[in-house]
Amino acid sequence: MNDWRFERPPGLPLPQPAEEARPFFDALLEGRLAIQCCVACGLLLHPPRAVCSACQSTDFDWQETSGKGVVYSYVVTHQAVHPALAGHTPLATVEVELAEGPHITSNLIDVPPESVEIGMAVTVVFEEVSDGVVLPLFRHH
Amino acid sequence: MSFSNSVAIVGVGETDYSRASGRTELALSLQAIRAALDDAGIEPDDVDGLMKWWVDTSTEAEVAANMGIRDLAWWGEISQAGNVGAPLVAHAAAAIHAGLANVVVIYRGVNGRSGRRYGRGDVTGQGGRGGGAFTEPFGLLTPQHGLAMVARRRMYETGITSRHFGMQAVAQRRHANRNPRATFYERTLTLAEHQSSRLIVDPFHLFDCCLETDGAGALVLASADFARELGKPAALIRAAAQSGPGVGSPAARGAKRLFAMAGVERDDIDVIQIYDHFGPFVLFALEDYGFVEDAGRLVEEGGTDFDGGRRPVNTSGGHLSEAYLQGINHLIEATRQVRGESTAQVPNVTFSFCDTGIGTGSVILERGES
Repeated sequence: MNDWRFERPPGLPLPQPAEEARPFFDALLEGRLAIQCCVACGLLLHPPRAVCSACQSTDFDWQETSGKGVVYSYVVTHQAVHPALAGHTPLATVEVELAEGPHITSNLIDVPPESVEIGMAVTVVFEEVSDGVVLPLFRHH
Repeated sequence: MSFSNSVAIVGVGETDYSRASGRTELALSLQAIRAALDDAGIEPDDVDGLMKWWVDTSTEAEVAANMGIRDLAWWGEISQAGNVGAPLVAHAAAAIHAGLANVVVIYRGVNGRSGRRYGRGDVTGQGGRGGGAFTEPFGLLTPQHGLAMVARRRMYETGITSRHFGMQAVAQRRHANRNPRATFYERTLTLAEHQSSRLIVDPFHLFDCCLETDGAGALVLASADFARELGKPAALIRAAAQSGPGVGSPAARGAKRLFAMAGVERDDIDVIQIYDHFGPFVLFALEDYGFVEDAGRLVEEGGTDFDGGRRPVNTSGGHLSEAYLQGINHLIEATRQVRGESTAQVPNVTFSFCDTGIGTGSVILERGES
């Protein structure tokens, strides 16, 4: 159990981000989990937006987060409802509430699907899943 | 001026429900439309308005040409996905009330099992584009994934359990067992069978998930004055509401508009239909619409079951056990309840409630004169 390690189904889609989302993925390449931040009002926005939903500003910065959070919710896929999942179930996917507030979707690298619980403390790790593509995954321990 | 009770559903119809229709989606829709027009007692060329789900593949031009409509005065569709049945009723009622059309047909025809399967990530996924860039690389690929995430959190916050979800699934199966049209007419379901059914996306068991269906349904809407001339019981549209993106529960926000327009209270509603792509969301919606504070306790007491329940929910069997026709079968059943034509008929229905998308849209129908 302690040596369980997440193996990402290799056929899962890779991110094809829109223009406003590119800086999020560029920061991951540098080992930073950065969230879009409105310069005018300070609101953190995730997923990234074209306009700040609070003040309508288009002036954005990218704020590096602590990478720490808790599991807000999770699902465990048992049926291969996508070809990429065949042979890779059960697969747990988590919604992490970052300490800074935003929620992001991810996987836990060191918790088997049957042991995931809401409220678990987690920390980001950066995993290169393909050439030039880094995803933010999380560890519990 | 509100259109409350000035427009009615005057006809409903559907095809057979199957896993392999052997017909095109257009042919299915035309068959359902014919049945609905026959039910209303009017001819195809009386129709001057058409409305469709945005995702429906049969265009209004194809439908009008096949029906032989000589003067289509008004048409439209609503974006999003399967969840727009009641919004279409709201739009059609507004159009009739505004004088843009006299008789509007709303249709939905889909080969949901033999054709495009909505539960498949390779069918409905975004290929990592758009919002999918942040979810699909981690395995959230289908509608059930996002909804399971919401359901899991709600279980954590409120204490509602998979057994409660099972109780609702069993109640709906019992309703389907009374309904010869239902896919599961001849198949019973116990709570134990629900609990031991395979997990699809935990917390959803197999029997928490809707069917996949080939079939079609249609509604005919006209003015209340026109409805009276037809001499059949009409379902007056007492109120309709949409609820889109915003802050907080769409159902709770939509309910304010719906019940304000209707001028009635939750307790005045005699029978309820709620969109059940996934059964747990029926219970969540009962709470969010304000029908009950604790839906888990309600199902423990059998409160949604036709037999013994004070106010049954999803009396045709719904998407779980009748057919997955993306809400049009709920609207058909809500209409039958006010006309006294359901196979699980609640006595003396005055007000029939129907949600078609967990808040996205809802209607209250009222029994009209016959």
